[in-house]
Amino acid sequence: MSEPETSQSTALRHAFGNVLSFFILLLIGVLAFSIRLFSVIKYESVIHEFDPYFNYRVTQFLIKNGVYDFWNWFDDRTWYPLGRVIGGTVYPGLTLTAGALWRIFHSLNIPLSVETVCVFTAPIFSAFASWAAYLLTKEVKGTGAGLTAAVLLSMVPSYISRSVAGSYDNEAVAIFALIFTFYLYIKTLNTGSLFYATLNAIAYFYMVCSWGGYTFIINLIPMHVLLCIVTGRYSPRLYIAYAPLVVLGTLLASLVPVVGFNAVMTSEHFASFLVFIIIHVVALVYYIKGILTPQMFKVAVTLVVSVGLIVCCAALAVLIALVASSPTKGWSGRSLSLLDPTYASKYIPIIASVSEHQPPTWPSYFMDINVLAFLVPAGIIACFMPLSDASTFAVLYIVTSVYFSGVMVRLMLVLAPAACIMSGIALSEAFDVFTRSIKFQLLGATQSPQVNKAGDTNSVAKNDVVKTEISEDSLKERPSRKNKKKEKENIEKASSVSRIEKASLVSRIEKRLLVLPLEASVVAILLLVLLGAFYVVHCVWAAAEAYSAPSIVLTTRSNNGLHVFDDFREAYAWLSHNTEVDDKVASWWDYGYQTTAMANRTVIVDNNTWNNTHIATVGTAMSSPEKAAWEIFNSLDVKYVLVVFGGFVGYPSDDINKFLWMVRIGGGVFPHIKEPDYLRDGQYRIDSQATPTMLNSLMYKLSYYRFVETDGRGFDRVRNTEIGKKHFKLTHFEEVFTTHHWMVRLYKLKPPRNRIRGKTKKSKSVSGSIINQLCHAVHVYYCETCSVTLT
Amino acid sequence: MARSTTKDAQALLHSLRSAYAVTPTNLKIIDLYIVFAVVTALIQIVYMAVVGTFPFNSFLSGVLSCVGTAVLAVGLRIQVNKENKEFKDLPPERAFADFVLCNLVLHLVIMNFLG
Repeated sequence: MSEPETSQSTALRHAFGNVLSFFILLLIGVLAFSIRLFSVIKYESVIHEFDPYFNYRVTQFLIKNGVYDFWNWFDDRTWYPLGRVIGGTVYPGLTLTAGALWRIFHSLNIPLSVETVCVFTAPIFSAFASWAAYLLTKEVKGTGAGLTAAVLLSMVPSYISRSVAGSYDNEAVAIFALIFTFYLYIKTLNTGSLFYATLNAIAYFYMVCSWGGYTFIINLIPMHVLLCIVTGRYSPRLYIAYAPLVVLGTLLASLVPVVGFNAVMTSEHFASFLVFIIIHVVALVYYIKGILTPQMFKVAVTLVVSVGLIVCCAALAVLIALVASSPTKGWSGRSLSLLDPTYASKYIPIIASVSEHQPPTWPSYFMDINVLAFLVPAGIIACFMPLSDASTFAVLYIVTSVYFSGVMVRLMLVLAPAACIMSGIALSEAFDVFTRSIKFQLLGATQSPQVNKAGDTNSVAKNDVVKTEISEDSLKERPSRKNKKKEKENIEKASSVSRIEKASLVSRIEKRLLVLPLEASVVAILLLVLLGAFYVVHCVWAAAEAYSAPSIVLTTRSNNGLHVFDDFREAYAWLSHNTEVDDKVASWWDYGYQTTAMANRTVIVDNNTWNNTHIATVGTAMSSPEKAAWEIFNSLDVKYVLVVFGGFVGYPSDDINKFLWMVRIGGGVFPHIKEPDYLRDGQYRIDSQATPTMLNSLMYKLSYYRFVETDGRGFDRVRNTEIGKKHFKLTHFEEVFTTHHWMVRLYKLKPPRNRIRGKTKKSKSVSGSIINQLCHAVHVYYCETCSVTLT
Repeated sequence: MARSTTKDAQALLHSLRSAYAVTPTNLKIIDLYIVFAVVTALIQIVYMAVVGTFPFNSFLSGVLSCVGTAVLAVGLRIQVNKENKEFKDLPPERAFADFVLCNLVLHLVIMNFLG
């Protein structure tokens, strides 16, 4: 082939490849978007779960009132009577993104409602995340690996579970920001350009705005830099990739109100500062090494080491003393529970009670990342041949995310992009080897291989001669000394002639060794395609069946077809239509966000769970007898109590199943609530063998009031027993509404009697002490410097 | 022992000074800028130690702007240095334009955070 023809044909091939990649990426985006639409098709375009309702309400406020009011918003319709500073406690990235999208659509005269924009934000950003994964893997390994990783990420069930249409939560946007930040970091590392370093800092800012998991980035990148320095891969590009990110990133992180000064004061960020100092020391050492002569450098090293060691020890002692003085060594509770998985269950029962914070089971790995689970080790090996800065980062990312996913189920989400990148690299390398083998075999069958251009046939002949001589030598097991010497001379002569071709011989032998037989390669490629098919089938099944339930609407299939349980919305609609605007509703904290968003009523506690004492107050009220509970709720100005009950239809996540957590959390703050009082022989029961404390508690009474009227014997379908106390009247509460399937029950507090008969002696009642503690808590909250003690 | 170490230190300083004297002038100007930024940051820290940390955001933005611009200048020096083999295809004008852009973003953030 002549020279210009080859360059033209390679240019044409490159252009064709680029166009093909572009169309593949477009299709990947469409795939990522459409696989998340099952919930909209099967149910309706509705917001799912609990947390997204809060984000939806905040987005509504933002769009109605503008950015400045949103930034300074103090919400008085939740955590009554404390309120909540929304501007300072929410991660604004998601709401600002959705608000911006809404505004763009409206400026283009596409009148989408706020709810539609919120529902579809997650699928749009999952398409962006797939493209970001393509860019990241392209920087690590190449275009083929990038496309494979993008396809894998668009479908991986773990990511789908948190980003279906309707799951309007922080992770929907945060995973895109995570991958994009990592891509820009690797790009800066590969190119050494300050422009990409700036973009990296801005992307990190977007990540800080979006999710509390940004601490993963600000700890992983310093770990990687340290790894590069320790393994001798320090280069000026590493400095440019890391140092501006730390300074600019810390500044930008402090701009977000939720993080504020925590960006410089909490232990989660100290790793970045430490590595910042280390990289400056290393850079200085390399610079001085470059300008000094070797023996002068040795002198400098001995001097500096002796002096510097003393200074270092002093500084370290001061730092350790500072950090050790705080009880948690400066780490927040959530981060500590990541490092020590048993911490939360010992000290913070609220964190331990959330089901997402439990460690995952083995099957959940195969459910959530399926085939990728065993492609990841192959990808790790592929990263080592050859090892570059970017591939060390990929390996570190997968290792740390595997550890954290083992601590908390929720963090499987961080594992998903890493697993996709690794599997993409593995699959791409495998396809590479097989197709190269096929091409090699096919070309070798028709003509001589075109490895070397000049002197090809000559070298082939000479190499064959040398090869046969070497093989003859090895065949002869006991050659005589004379013979051996003669053959050695022969070989030396041949080698001196074909010394140049020896190098090509070695490379050709290597290439031969890397080449597999034709049939094996074809079968292997077919098997890999089959593997991909299994993966696709599983992902589509998981998206359609497992992760598309909105959990605010439930469905079952019966003989008569599909049966829909819309009780939650029924109850919230009743509340919003039949109560005053200022009425306060008390329920367990799970339903707080939904009540404020859909029923538009003030609640006592909600899913933010920032005030443990307040939650414990509600928990104590639910665990106390009617009169004591009435007193507590009356002191909080509560008008209505909402209880979720699943015994009629068999809905397992109802309040009776969560009741023990109410007891534990309440008992953690108010010691007169003891968990063993509610258990018979260590077992939790609600049937006739239940303890009197349990049968008299408000939760039991509100759940099972008039339940015996449904089937005559009060059979609870979730606990699978008949209830203990069947016929009883409520003295301090009256039932106002029960939904169609008895799933949500609303009660109103009866007003106090006009005349109190009998003794009017002021008794130091249990509820009185609770009210005392509550007032004290409120008092302390509002004036931190007061010295009033609890009487 | 002490005499030999002081003699070593003097020899070291001498060789450092002679090695540094041959660096080109443009790099020396950048080095001067870095030293100026770091000294300004140190002065701010001493001032904070004297008068207290309130308002903390202003202190942070002041110190981090000095440190930030010093770090960016070091990056510029790395990219402009002719002895650096990795950056020999990078025209110094492009390096300086990147430096200016980064400083712009840095100071925009500083202005916002200054309070």
